[in-house]
Amino acid sequence: MSNVRLMKGNEALAEAAIRAGCRGYFGYPITPQSEILEYLAREGREHGMVVMQVESELAAINMVYGAAGAGARVMTSSSSPGISLMQEGLSYIACAELPCLVVNVNRGGPGLGTIQPSQGDYFQATKGGGHGDYHLIVLAPATVQEMADFVYDAFDLADKYRNPAMILADGALGQMMEKVIFREYDPKASMPDKPWATTGKPPTRERNILTSLHIQPEKMEEINRCLQVKYQLINKDEVRYELFYADVAEMLVVAYGLSSRIARRAVEMARSQGLSVGLLRPITLYPFPYQVLKDLAQDLRNVLVVELNAGQMVQDVRLGIEGAVPVHFYGRMGGIIPPPEEILSKIADLGSRISTPQAHPPLAENTKNQSANLNSIFEIAKTMRREDEF
Amino acid sequence: MNSELPPLDSLECVWAKPSTLTDTPMHYCPGCGHGVVHKILMEVIQELHIQSETIGVAPVGCSVFAYYYMDIDMQEAAHGRAAAVATGIKRMLPDKYVFSYQGDGDLAAIGTGETIHAANRGENILVIFINNAIYGMTGGQMAPTTILGMKTTTTPEGRDTETQGFPFKITELIAMLPGAYYVTRQAVHTPNVVRQFKKAVTKAFQYQKDKKGYCLIEVVSNCPSGWKMTPLESNKWMEQNMFPVYPLGDLKVDGKLTEKKS
Repeated sequence: MSNVRLMKGNEALAEAAIRAGCRGYFGYPITPQSEILEYLAREGREHGMVVMQVESELAAINMVYGAAGAGARVMTSSSSPGISLMQEGLSYIACAELPCLVVNVNRGGPGLGTIQPSQGDYFQATKGGGHGDYHLIVLAPATVQEMADFVYDAFDLADKYRNPAMILADGALGQMMEKVIFREYDPKASMPDKPWATTGKPPTRERNILTSLHIQPEKMEEINRCLQVKYQLINKDEVRYELFYADVAEMLVVAYGLSSRIARRAVEMARSQGLSVGLLRPITLYPFPYQVLKDLAQDLRNVLVVELNAGQMVQDVRLGIEGAVPVHFYGRMGGIIPPPEEILSKIADLGSRISTPQAHPPLAENTKNQSANLNSIFEIAKTMRREDEF
Repeated sequence: MNSELPPLDSLECVWAKPSTLTDTPMHYCPGCGHGVVHKILMEVIQELHIQSETIGVAPVGCSVFAYYYMDIDMQEAAHGRAAAVATGIKRMLPDKYVFSYQGDGDLAAIGTGETIHAANRGENILVIFINNAIYGMTGGQMAPTTILGMKTTTTPEGRDTETQGFPFKITELIAMLPGAYYVTRQAVHTPNVVRQFKKAVTKAFQYQKDKKGYCLIEVVSNCPSGWKMTPLESNKWMEQNMFPVYPLGDLKVDGKLTEKKS
């Protein structure tokens, strides 16, 4: 099969999973990512991959648990509501330290929401998502090429740290077609031995037990400490990001995934108009590039975070900036994708305000004197301009 | 008198616990059936010489620590998900033996979906289902298999159909599925039925070796603590009240429903 192809993001990801030596896929159809299951059902089985459409996302993530525990490189994929259903299993997987790949092709929420692209699952993806203190390693592709590339990276990171890894994409990246080049990759060379796996106890070793149950508080705290040390190592060694004119700019735009593509175009347009703007694109959302932001903040006048949500990553950006300069937010929700011009006008607006930075207004400033009547809040929301900062 | 006993090393060993069972003292209550089921399961694994080829899945419930006692590779599943976890293991290691060990709440309430679909796919696994009609570990609440009129901490007046529905005969349901190859209901409260249970376990592992598909062994068991009875009283109560609802015997053998099916 050719290494250069024109493919949908979902298909490129699925093809990369085959090439990455993924031995098992367990999933349940949900728009906008069903092509992953469909592609693997068609192409994966002839490469010896177990591809199963199962009864629910709960079953899928727990099959991933069992299969990863048996030492195999395995994955599942879903979209927002389905990923919510998997959170229990992910918590168990994180505690039992089982390497696996989970793909979230993010759609708009909350609830059943919409099938259109969104970045509304940032908090869920980066802060653990289920119960207890744990993190996934989260990679955010921005191109179909990265939808493929990050599959290898996510599997390698998952194996390296015995930790679940997530690719957090969105409905647009899953559905759009772009050229993709599949790089040379040797799964055998990259996969470590898994002496902890439950493959059957030979007389030569003690039995292997994979569990997240540690009923003694001292033991449970020790397990938690081990996890935290692992996360510190991940934060030290695995932060990935991309800078675009960021070192020669007074204003920094921060965006990831799909919104970083739009933001990048807006930054190019702004620079052609003489505005001093750069872009930071976090590639790993966990670990997050806090230190990069802290270092950049010294030479910045202000920061604009662009997301397809109500403002989630902006909180991490503020943690990185540590109050050094104002951090503004612009977001669209519900599956709306803003054109670059919309971001540009925000950049231009903030650029004109650089001399007098404004504090970030709280969400309900316009509604402060209103009674907490749901109807009136709805009326106010309708009259608010999109450009109003949330 | 003691001085007249022969030295220990001159005695002939006529019985020993299976080497596949660890020396860890069990946490189960006196009279509970779990210990017997664990021992028989491990005896069979030892006799079939499949210790190095067997992976078990522990549930959430009283037997959550099954891996303390079974000297084999094991995974601990989330509540109700053991059949899915076992599926994941078996699909990656199709030539190994995989079993799950589940209680009534795990298998027939929160895990109903995983249970039914694993059976319907004909997953080539063995499921051991302990039915004691009560939630033992959480302190004696109603189970899906609690019989009508039975008092638990959450059915203080006895289970009634209006609010709690009927005892869930999930084993009968599973027997109807084409993916299920061997479905049987056993008990472990007398030597005779223990021998029957051991035969059933041996048969199920043989079927798994021959890739026949899904095998389910329900064990109707007691819960002296949850039922608030002595072990002897609980066994008698089980015979008188549980067996009429959950009659012992094979429901499906060699993929065919038996006539005895109630």
